[in-house]
Amino acid sequence: MDYNIKIGGAAGQGIQTIGDTLSAVFARSGYHLFSHQDYESRVRGGHNFTCIRLSDTPVYAPRDPVDVLVALDNASIERHTGELSSDGKVVYDSGGLKRKVDDPRFVDVPFVRLAEEHGGRKVMANTVASGAVLGMLGVEVDLLVEALTRALKHPTPEILEGNERAARAGHSYGVEHCPDCRFAVSGRSVRKMVIEGNQAIALAAIASGCRFYSAYPMTPSTGILNFMASKAADYGLVVEQAEDEMSAINMIQGASFAGVRSMTGTSGGGFALMVEGMSLAGMTETPVVVVLAQRPGPATGFPTRTEQSDLLFGLFAGHGEVPRIAFAPGTPEQAFRAVNRAFDLAEKYQVPALIITDQHYADSRWTLEGIDPETFVYNDYRVGGEAFAELPEYARHSFTDSGVSPLAVPGDAPHLVVTDSDEHDEEGHIVEDAETRVKMVEKRLLRKLPLIGAEMEPPEHYGSDSPEVVLVGWGSNYGVLREAVDALSGEREVAMLHFCDLWPFPLPARQEFLEVLRAARTAICVENNATGKLAWLIRAETGFEFAERINRFDGRPFTCEGLLEEIDGRL
Amino acid sequence: MDASDEFKGQKPAWCPGCGNFGILTAWRRAMADLGLKPHQLTVVSGIGQSGKFPHYTQCNTFNGLHGRTLPVATGIRLANHEMPVAAFAGDGDCYGEGGNHFLHAMRRNINVKLFVHDNQVYGLTKGQASPTSVVGMKTPVQPEGVLSDEMNPVALAVAMDCSFVARGFAGDLDQLAELMKAAMEHRGFSLVDIFQPCVTFNRLNTYQWYRERVRPLEAEYDPGDRVTAWQRALEFEDTIPTGILYRHERPTYEERVAALAAGPLVKQPFDASKLAAAFREFY
Repeated sequence: MDYNIKIGGAAGQGIQTIGDTLSAVFARSGYHLFSHQDYESRVRGGHNFTCIRLSDTPVYAPRDPVDVLVALDNASIERHTGELSSDGKVVYDSGGLKRKVDDPRFVDVPFVRLAEEHGGRKVMANTVASGAVLGMLGVEVDLLVEALTRALKHPTPEILEGNERAARAGHSYGVEHCPDCRFAVSGRSVRKMVIEGNQAIALAAIASGCRFYSAYPMTPSTGILNFMASKAADYGLVVEQAEDEMSAINMIQGASFAGVRSMTGTSGGGFALMVEGMSLAGMTETPVVVVLAQRPGPATGFPTRTEQSDLLFGLFAGHGEVPRIAFAPGTPEQAFRAVNRAFDLAEKYQVPALIITDQHYADSRWTLEGIDPETFVYNDYRVGGEAFAELPEYARHSFTDSGVSPLAVPGDAPHLVVTDSDEHDEEGHIVEDAETRVKMVEKRLLRKLPLIGAEMEPPEHYGSDSPEVVLVGWGSNYGVLREAVDALSGEREVAMLHFCDLWPFPLPARQEFLEVLRAARTAICVENNATGKLAWLIRAETGFEFAERINRFDGRPFTCEGLLEEIDGRL
Repeated sequence: MDASDEFKGQKPAWCPGCGNFGILTAWRRAMADLGLKPHQLTVVSGIGQSGKFPHYTQCNTFNGLHGRTLPVATGIRLANHEMPVAAFAGDGDCYGEGGNHFLHAMRRNINVKLFVHDNQVYGLTKGQASPTSVVGMKTPVQPEGVLSDEMNPVALAVAMDCSFVARGFAGDLDQLAELMKAAMEHRGFSLVDIFQPCVTFNRLNTYQWYRERVRPLEAEYDPGDRVTAWQRALEFEDTIPTGILYRHERPTYEERVAALAAGPLVKQPFDASKLAAAFREFY
């Protein structure tokens, strides 16, 4: 079982609501799902869609063939009917679209009429649509009723009952009016966790002890800001919408200086404004975590679409020589760990840490078996309270063998905590002399880098141990690469190398992957950009040059079929 | 030993006669009078001659980037609102590069005290016009004279309903120390714009120029009236009033942020036991 449901319509029509409802039903039924969103930069109108892939085995990436198309507008019919699979169906409301399609693949469900008749409100048309899809698939309706109840914020008995009647009416209609539906949904299993990319980052931040989040809204990072704000009351967080991105990255450094774990998030344009702040964090050795959720540039680019063009921008942003850590998770599981390590390592080494994602990761949704909160690491590396008071003396930037100086909480002891964006001495005061300069660069950069480098993990190797074909990628392409390996494995020895830990680049001692690359007959670097940023990085760091690259830069993510076709042309 | 000696820092690298010395002396005296200890306060500064200020006294210090004093100060206050935080900035620093932050700090009413070394010129970069340079002033970059009209920071602050607006003069130490104390004791965002003669690059706004014009506000002046404050803030001709132009109290940002009711964020322990509930929501 592997079904792809596409819900298309204009912005504001409720695509998201139907998608959220169906996802909740599928996850509670124990199915695996992967969903992703394609939307335009507008609040009303246009044409948007969301896809939900449903399976009884884990799924990670978008597919092209559509099994059920829920068409809320005429554009959905025009653009997506050609994508139907051999048994695919289109669900639509001929009354609402003022168009009757005479085609056995089309199932006409009167969303609005059933909503008014059974629910008493026109707005429940989306509930009818969700019910109809589940009816056609053969998924029981009770789960839908439960999901709707959970989703409603302040339900009155009247709305609850109306929704339930609308759901049941849509479900029955779907069962009765699609006699030739050939969907065979397997039995239920254990309830799954379901989470979006941005939510996974925000949740991991809270679980890592982040207490302060400041950001300026920018797609596709805004989901993190929304989530943090929604949890502020429950978890004692301070969430501040900054007046601009310069303010955001400086504000989190103030909070971190005062002793609180802090984070910001933005996209490429906002990150451009934060670049001076990356440099400041490096100079003042202030731990912060920054999420760079990429979208296609240059400039405003495609505000709501996906691209991986800011990898090198992220790794090298900041005037001067700035130490940093960078991760690019491609799944919620990777994000949980990467964000937790980002907070831990940023504080351990007193450097900025970057989480680099993109719109495809940020807005996608996965099911997982679950995550144990106990797996999150929390080490407090700061010196505060009595421990600080007991120190005989204190200098914020004192020279140490590791290059890491004690990070104290100002105010907890008579010692002063002084730091400066100017070159400074051990106490943090401004200096001009060459000798101190050299020692400081050695301390904050050269001594720390190999230590941080030793913390970085090699790429994830999935598939054959001695592959003839190696697919290489980073960030959000994890899923599509992994599925490509599965699809090709019957015919040949194939493997994936996925980089989540990107900077410092895995040290030579951890470059076993290089042997895999060199031994392969074909190594292909797959990226959502035009020029191959990871390929450039690997060549710069190891000398290995990819003979083959697959680059997609139309603002859309790779699909399983699309990538396999591209790979096929290179084998 | 004078109590203010406790607030003595490194030897200043300012030009001899710089107005900043007066600000520094007044600050040391104000801190000693308030009975604070150096580790009990944090000073944030930016870039410019004013940026070096915290090094010349004793305090926790974050000397950050040009224009970004207020965001850093805001972050510190939100993390630890029991820590008094003063921001020292220059006119170019705060009204130019960081102008947007200035507006929003007043809107938030974050309990940060902003002291602006306003010398109406760029000192560190050697003599270009600043946002408060008077129109017509000739500089190496504006050889025909400054074309833009000068900014009036105290009038802007009154317009923004800034909860404490004062103007001081580095040549009047007694008044300046009192203004500093009043600002530190005020509950809410405070601006003290300080005329600070640049003896090297500003040949127009000299000690004498200021002395001829500055007049302390009358003893009976009521800083609680915003309309009068607006009128007095606009006076910038033959006489320029100094003192507290406008003062009112309203809830500070720290008081409005729900999470801070339980105490400073930095003092609230991380409670991992609450996490299970956060994760449960996603099942």
